[in-house]
Amino acid sequence: MTTPSTTTFQLNGKPLSVTTSPDTPLLWVIRDVAMLTGTKFGCGIGLCGACTVHLGRRAVRSCITPVSAVAGAQVTTIEGLSADGQHPLQKAWVQTQAPQCGYCQSGQIMQAAALIRRFPNPSDEDIDSVMNGNLCRCMAYVRIRQAIKIAAVEMQGAASHA
Amino acid sequence: MIKRILIGVVVVLLVGCVGLSWRPAVAPIPPPAADSFPAPLVAVGAQLAAAGNCAGCHTVAGGPVYGGGLGLETGFGLAYSTNISPDPQTGIGNWSEAAFSRAMREGVARDGSHLLPAFPYTHFTKLTDGDVKALYAFFMTRPAVVVPDRVNTIKFPFNVRALQAGWKLLFFDRGIYQNVTAKSEAWNRGAYLAEGITHCAACHTPRNRYGAERGNAAYAGAPFDGWLAPALNAANPAPMPWTQRDLYDYLRTGESEAHGVAAGAMASVVHSGLAKLPDADLQALATYFADGNGSAARAPTANSALALASSRRLVDAGRETEPGANLYLAACASCHYTPAAKPSTVQGSLALSTALTADEPSNFIQTVMHGVGGAGTPGPYMPGFAAALTDTDITLLATYLRRTRTDQPAWANLNAAVAARRPPIAPTP
Repeated sequence: MTTPSTTTFQLNGKPLSVTTSPDTPLLWVIRDVAMLTGTKFGCGIGLCGACTVHLGRRAVRSCITPVSAVAGAQVTTIEGLSADGQHPLQKAWVQTQAPQCGYCQSGQIMQAAALIRRFPNPSDEDIDSVMNGNLCRCMAYVRIRQAIKIAAVEMQGAASHA
Repeated sequence: MIKRILIGVVVVLLVGCVGLSWRPAVAPIPPPAADSFPAPLVAVGAQLAAAGNCAGCHTVAGGPVYGGGLGLETGFGLAYSTNISPDPQTGIGNWSEAAFSRAMREGVARDGSHLLPAFPYTHFTKLTDGDVKALYAFFMTRPAVVVPDRVNTIKFPFNVRALQAGWKLLFFDRGIYQNVTAKSEAWNRGAYLAEGITHCAACHTPRNRYGAERGNAAYAGAPFDGWLAPALNAANPAPMPWTQRDLYDYLRTGESEAHGVAAGAMASVVHSGLAKLPDADLQALATYFADGNGSAARAPTANSALALASSRRLVDAGRETEPGANLYLAACASCHYTPAAKPSTVQGSLALSTALTADEPSNFIQTVMHGVGGAGTPGPYMPGFAAALTDTDITLLATYLRRTRTDQPAWANLNAAVAARRPPIAPTP
């Protein structure tokens, strides 16, 4: 336990200040301080993807990201991905009935959102490679890949009509 | 009789050495008023202090700026940086400009004692009179902070300051930078900055057993603080040549598409220091180093190096059961995956990374353990995995990536190198 210090960052567009040990995982702050429990604890060592959030435009594992590292940054969780839960990925998830138990799904969706930002028209190889670190013990991988493609098409359409 | 003569000779020699090493104190002055320095001069000094990243050594994390106290491992013990704020008791508040100039140019403190070469006066000696004056104006107008200097842990006899006179005789060339007429104005500006205030060689040039930079190995790369400061000459291990454009991008933004991001001590150099320099100065530095690293000659190989990197992006077929490959897929691939069309190290191709192609694994291990980002950088790029991956995991990962992403031989003593860089576990309260 190192000396507590105050870290301020933007969580889903709102400022959040937290005074805690600087090496406290961002995940604890999100779940236990901000009480946003959509982000899940899986392995705790950055090897399963369940705790994935966005730091700026990148997907990071919040369980191994110390809160002191996000000072001043924009952090987005599944709750902040869209104002009304109607992000194209969330709609595609429902359409394909992607989840089974659902535990890993918020991490999957956050990783997929970062993927589509980088690869607006992702190939199977792009999806498999980028989503490889997001484990799903229910084996929903085939439906996840399908949902990502549906969402990518919708987002490309939205972009071309914008 | 002979004994007496011998003793006499020894006494004369000793007195001579002490005499040679003796430098007078410069009389203390009342701290000059901040408004006695013209603002434009202070502004020039501010830029130079940023270029030299003076705060990088003369400030401890969380401590007052320029209060000193950071320990630098010299190979002879720890040398602590000093308070260079204008506090008259604990800083340099009663140093005249002449005293400041002598410290910068000759490595002698106001009281006449020799400074250790951990303070890079061997480079600052190259500064023009005008630039030394500007730095003095800058430091004398900073907030004075009361922080007593810490006592170095350098052992006898290396802690005898008079001996530094001998070191200087052997290893120190005093003198302002002289333009090389055959080179361009930009090149000379770059050389003036690099050899002088930015003192790049202090980290990037290996030192001899006496702690002096080896003149015959300029910019050949050297270990620094658990990292490797890579070679900046033709021996640089990057798969892609460091062109002037690449160097400029890296120095300006901390990122080069073809090479990666500034990390370790270099992150602070770029984001806290060079960030305050005008474009022209960074272009000049890029010009100087691009000329020295032979990148023009290597340019024809750039496309094939890129193609090779692309071909190395995938996990090799049939080896997915290798533990290192599995770790890579789980922990690294979601960010480091790069499609064939456009390898880029900013978020991707490890096959272009100097950390993997270097002769020793320091930078790879440091990056995996501690991530990239932190104070002064625009947001973390990569989290550290020290708490997530065991030494064995990191060794497996390094072995797998070194084998599949480079054509270099396996690193020797890898496991020991990983263990050596493992941060100590904090005691539970």
